Amino acid sequence: MKEKRLSIDFFIVNELDAQGLISPEWSNTVIDEKKIQHLKNTAQKVRRKIIEILGRAGSGHPGGSLSSTEIIVSLYEGIMDVDPSQPRKMQRDRLVLSKGHSCPALYVMLAFKGFFPVEDLDHLRQWGSHLQGHPDMKSTPGVDMSSGSLGQGLSAACGIALAAKIDKRDFWTYCIIGDGEAQEGQIWEASMFAAHNKLDNLIVFLDFNKQQIEGRVDEIIGPLQYEEKWKSFGWHVQTIDGHSFKEIFHAVDTAKKSRFKPFMIIANTVKGKGVSFMEWNLDFHGTAPKGTEIEKAISEINDSAF
Amino acid sequence: MAELKGTRDGYGEALIELGEKDSNIVVLDADLGSSTRARKFATKFPERYFNVGVAEQNMIGIASGLACTGKTVFASTFAIFATGRPWEQIRNSVCFSNLNVKIVASHGGITVGADGASHQSLEDVAIMRCIPNMKVIVPCDYEETKKTMREIVKVKGPYYIRLGRAKYPVLTNPDTPFEVGKGHIFRKGKHVTIISTGTMLDHALKAAAQLEKQDVQAEVMHIHTIKPIDAELIAASAKKTRCVVTVEEHSVIGGLGSAVSEVLCSCCPVPVERIGIQDKFGRSGSPEVLIKVYNMDVPDIVEAAKKVIQKKD
Ligand SMILES: Cc1ncc(C[n+]2csc(CCOP(=O)(O)OP(=O)(O)O)c2C)c(N)n1
Repeated sequence: MKEKRLSIDFFIVNELDAQGLISPEWSNTVIDEKKIQHLKNTAQKVRRKIIEILGRAGSGHPGGSLSSTEIIVSLYEGIMDVDPSQPRKMQRDRLVLSKGHSCPALYVMLAFKGFFPVEDLDHLRQWGSHLQGHPDMKSTPGVDMSSGSLGQGLSAACGIALAAKIDKRDFWTYCIIGDGEAQEGQIWEASMFAAHNKLDNLIVFLDFNKQQIEGRVDEIIGPLQYEEKWKSFGWHVQTIDGHSFKEIFHAVDTAKKSRFKPFMIIANTVKGKGVSFMEWNLDFHGTAPKGTEIEKAISEINDSAF
Repeated sequence: MAELKGTRDGYGEALIELGEKDSNIVVLDADLGSSTRARKFATKFPERYFNVGVAEQNMIGIASGLACTGKTVFASTFAIFATGRPWEQIRNSVCFSNLNVKIVASHGGITVGADGASHQSLEDVAIMRCIPNMKVIVPCDYEETKKTMREIVKVKGPYYIRLGRAKYPVLTNPDTPFEVGKGHIFRKGKHVTIISTGTMLDHALKAAAQLEKQDVQAEVMHIHTIKPIDAELIAASAKKTRCVVTVEEHSVIGGLGSAVSEVLCSCCPVPVERIGIQDKFGRSGSPEVLIKVYNMDVPDIVEAAKKVIQKKD
């Protein structure tokens, strides 16, 4: 996963494929069974903690946090080059969580990585806590960009990737957007910009969980041909199962080796993933579990067999 | 007669001057770079100049990303499109995180002229100054625009700089004092204080000269920095003259007139007359005609001064 832009291999790849897209190679060097097991365990812990802290906070967004969990766990457990003791180091990979309401998943992961004490999570959304209802880069160590207003993060990610290009720095910029969020016009302004400026150091995940607040995305404002849309906007696109670590790691590996274009990973996910009564349930988009719901959710997560 | 020059020309020239000193400066444009003069930068530093296309919200977002990766970013387009279209991006992506983005807009005010209402930005100062962390400067001329540019690059954080389209008299020289956040008294007086911002300084000075002939000694204060405003200087002058006229090429709702009134009502309540756009949209016309029909010309300022003097106790 450590290959960087300018090695000789890439030029060979270019010669072979003028479009700059390489086909995914399935190999154990990208990710092996042992690693997958570790990631699954981590995801289980992250999910449990998300439920706990949302329950304690009494508000927040479980649905989109649970659908993004494998993506966020993958990024911080093996993909991104970050140093929790130096969260602002210039030479680091960056993540813009454009769908900022999924920050419980990010906060939990950052705490587990050691960016701040795990106990801080108990104060999510409370007065005096550095863990704001939506990400605040000035408050929380490890948060690379503030977000919460949908549609804006992809532009910021483009700006970060562009700064890397200008300065010839070889860090990667990641971004996670929502499918409902993709209804914002600014997402498409940014998509044009990224392609035009050949931001092949930008890797974006679409958390394609098919739901937004008021209903199904396709019923609110379709059509959903995201692959065709982003391809026609000049991106490399790959569609994966967004809950499969193997597919996430291979997609990122492919993205890193591909060139000339930004890379969109369309991650098929389930809103509320991992808790049966939250899956596909719009009630848990922006409502925290309470009372017995918390216990039930946690025992389900504990029992989930890997 | 003072020489006429564009404030936006001061911007273009200053960009090159600053770009030579600081390789960290990046300039963004939304397809109006020739008009805003931002494009000048591209002639020297094409690798640090990006036309994002007609996509102002994205321009502000890109600026935020560049800024949080250590760049000093200038983002330019017309004032209406620089502040109105991406207002929420400016608030949430830039100001909330206090990022180093300088929004420099041309075509502020009614003197945009013939393009008419859609292009005449009369509300931009109001909607920029209400955002926390944002600072707002409206220079009076070409020379002051350059000074503004040299100062704002020294301070990290967001700024909104409002420039015009027309050519305006150059009233200052390289030695005229300039400090961000400090007003400047161009003419001393004791009967009334005329406070102007931006290129309306010329009208304010002419009004003061006419008032002089009628035995009224007007103090003329130029407030380039509308936020943070020089409350001390404004209060000191108002304490002396006991009445104030504000003059701006902007709506009287939310602009300089409001900002000055906010200062005075808490520390020195005196009568205030506000010259500016009276809650209206613009129309096509030459700058000179528009300044007249919207009652912002020299005789209007003279009348307002006499009226406000009548109201003092
Ligand atoms: C600009 C903006 N408009 C509205 C909202 C309120 N809002 C929060 S989440 C959401 C739905 C987002 O749907 P999606 O992007 O699919 O997120 P997910 O389903 O993954 O949670 C909306 C409308 C917002 N945060 N920002």
